[in-house]
Amino acid sequence: MRREFKLPDVGEGLTEAEIVRWHVRPGDEVKVNQIVVEIETAKSIVELPIPWDGQVTGLLADEGQTVDVGGPIIAIETGEPADPQTAALAEDLVPAPPAEGAVEPGAHGSPAPKEERQAVLVGYGVKTGATRRRTRRTTSTIPADPVANPSRVELEGPPSGAAPQPATATGAGRAALAKPPVRKLAKDLGVDLATLTGTGPQGSITREDVRAATASQPQPEPQAQAQPQAGEERIPVKGVRKMTAQAMVASAFTAPHVTEFLQVDVTETMDAVRRLRTLPDFAEVKVSPLLLVAKAVLTAARRHPMINSSWDEAAQEIVVKHYVNLGIAAATPRGLVVPNVKNAHQLSLPGLAAELAQLTETARAGRTQPAEMAGGTITITNVGVFGVDAGTPILNPGESAILAFGQVRDMPWVVDGALAVRKVTTLALSFDHRVVDGELGSLFLRDVGAMLEDPLRMLAWS
Amino acid sequence: MTVDASRGADAPPELVQLLTPEGERVEHPDYDIDLTPEEVRSLYRDLVLVRRVDLEAVALQRQGELGIWASLLGQEAAQIGSGRALTDADMAFPTYREHGVAWCRDVDPVKLLGMFRGVNHGGWDPKEHNFHLYTIVIGSQTLHAVGYAMGIQRDDATAATIAYFGDGATSQGDVNESFIWASVFNAPIVFFCQNNQWAISEPLEKQTRIPLYRRASGFGFPGVRVDGNDVFACLAVTRQALKNAREGQGPMLIEAFTYRMGAHTSSDDPTRYRVASELEAWKLKDPIERVKAYLFKNELADQAYFDSIEAEADQLGADLRARCLAMPDPEPLAIFDHVYSEPHALIDEERAQYAAYLEGFER
Ligand SMILES: Cc1ncc(C[n+]2csc(CCOP(=O)(O)OP(=O)(O)O)c2C)c(N)n1
Ligand SMILES: [Mg+2]
Repeated sequence: MRREFKLPDVGEGLTEAEIVRWHVRPGDEVKVNQIVVEIETAKSIVELPIPWDGQVTGLLADEGQTVDVGGPIIAIETGEPADPQTAALAEDLVPAPPAEGAVEPGAHGSPAPKEERQAVLVGYGVKTGATRRRTRRTTSTIPADPVANPSRVELEGPPSGAAPQPATATGAGRAALAKPPVRKLAKDLGVDLATLTGTGPQGSITREDVRAATASQPQPEPQAQAQPQAGEERIPVKGVRKMTAQAMVASAFTAPHVTEFLQVDVTETMDAVRRLRTLPDFAEVKVSPLLLVAKAVLTAARRHPMINSSWDEAAQEIVVKHYVNLGIAAATPRGLVVPNVKNAHQLSLPGLAAELAQLTETARAGRTQPAEMAGGTITITNVGVFGVDAGTPILNPGESAILAFGQVRDMPWVVDGALAVRKVTTLALSFDHRVVDGELGSLFLRDVGAMLEDPLRMLAWS
Repeated sequence: MTVDASRGADAPPELVQLLTPEGERVEHPDYDIDLTPEEVRSLYRDLVLVRRVDLEAVALQRQGELGIWASLLGQEAAQIGSGRALTDADMAFPTYREHGVAWCRDVDPVKLLGMFRGVNHGGWDPKEHNFHLYTIVIGSQTLHAVGYAMGIQRDDATAATIAYFGDGATSQGDVNESFIWASVFNAPIVFFCQNNQWAISEPLEKQTRIPLYRRASGFGFPGVRVDGNDVFACLAVTRQALKNAREGQGPMLIEAFTYRMGAHTSSDDPTRYRVASELEAWKLKDPIERVKAYLFKNELADQAYFDSIEAEADQLGADLRARCLAMPDPEPLAIFDHVYSEPHALIDEERAQYAAYLEGFER
């Protein structure tokens, strides 16, 4: 039997979620409680287990797509014989939102369907779903005088046989019915609730009603939701893109950035990387030039603690950190993330190598958790992997310095008065000029460069 | 300031442990326990089965079948150890996370699910199981528990009360008031605090400056910290504390030092406020693995035994799932049933009105 799994409300009152990643494909066999998909809700990333054994026959929503709670997302052939009765029951645990303009069951004399289980257990339930009510008997045993019994009126559904009439909120001298968030929305948008006709349950005014009212008002500004022009594509800003944008704007327009550059002969560093790889202590871990750049940054930060600090605007203080949570900017399938190695200053070199490997692997897999991105104190961005020499990096918010590490390439270089072919890279350091002056920034950058030119200096300054 | 005269405020906290994370049996001068192989195996079985119940409930929530669920993952030993220390006559007052204790009180797990599915308002008869209903209002049950303990005292009965609460709850006025009443009246109660290190997203250091168990001395009764992931130690210490209470020696605070390995509830995302390495560190102290290691090392159980428990757990999970989905919707009028223990005129009137209202619909 084909069953459709519908997006549940996994977090007390959510109305939608984005499909982040499918773990299965059509044709795959699945078992009860096997994780089939990751979704991102307003609250968190959540893995969803499938409730049946069977075979995946179709994925009904794409990665990146936002689905309403109650919308079907995956179809499974369970192999059970199709029993129309139980099938209807099981499949309608969460009713799909009815199509726009759907008629309420039971109204207009259409037969009311058998009562279905609606397992939206908390919160606001499916987004656009009409409230399903049983039909009232024509001869009501309840006195239906709205004045004598105002509270009763709200409990009743529309009378059977009649089309549901949106109650006029202002009718009968009653105050407009609307939930507090809707009232807030109306206030924010300058809409007078008393002028609206509610389309929600018991004639209450919904968000949509309020929005519709603003839409019908003359619009001085063009609509935010613009239509794509021919040859253009419009991508909604959300998720990592949105976070990146907010962070970059916050940083770029609060911290005055200065960027300095230094070209460095890293032949010795590249050689040191090769030699480290042969040591048994590094047998299990990946040794890359980034490891030595990280070590150089940690060593230089100890020599110049002010570089590893943050500006506390509220307190009008500079907070100098005597620990380093070393951020590494990573390009991931979902966009830029900057996880940090906590207490990197305390790690041995193999320990640091292991942490860096773990962190980049987690980031690439798209599994970096917010706590792992929080609390960074200084950041390295390895732009060299993109095949470029340098950039002017923007600070990770709350930090005072970021080092960009360019590609390493063979370049003509003067060694002892003669031209030689050497491994050369470019370092670019951006710093927050409120905290760090040109002198300190230069000292720090020079020290990092000096250690990469001659890694022995790392030992000397450790 | 003297916090603990005998040890001094700065002494490192002491932890009662009888079974190390590696499954080594260790001795403790004040608390010990003599368990037959059969008893150890049955503790192991309980731990595995309640974890499985919890796992199934988490999955059911993710499938839209439960409104919310508070996972006990990581706290199995604290709950099974203390729960198994109770006698039938003792009375337990849980929070919302005590699924393991409920198990020990013979509450059918499907009844726990019923409440989180919204088809009942509590699900079991507290008197039948001597296990009070789940309590969501943080810490309030400690006052009920003390009141109950004072009742036991006044009945001259031989029983004790145990009140469960979390580390966060210790910041509530209710809990502190209950400590005072228990102490002053020498009530037969054990305060069992599962310090799982977090109160939703608030870490322990935001709740206290001293180890929680040392709070007890300020109220005038003993406090002890036990390895909450060690089922032997939890059983031994709780058994002793309950015995003391029944014998008229008054209250005791047990701080079970443990870890909430999952989210606070299914609505929470702990990755937003705690680092993955913390969880990894606690995984090494898993409450079930150490019992398994102990059984294995001492040849008290073989692979066939472990496999049979696994199979039993899977069966339990599948059965629980089926019974959860089959739970009928509540009878609307049931909401009036347990408001008062005796007939009540206003409730009767409201019930009649509501019945008439329901009658107004076609069937
Ligand atoms: C009186 C009260 N305040 C706040 C809440 C919201 N709340 C629910 S759980 C919780 C944290 C409880 O933490 P803890 O006592 O450590 O127990 P745990 O959930 O960790 O088992 C809070 C604040 C509540 N339920 N009751
Ligand atoms: Mg807690």
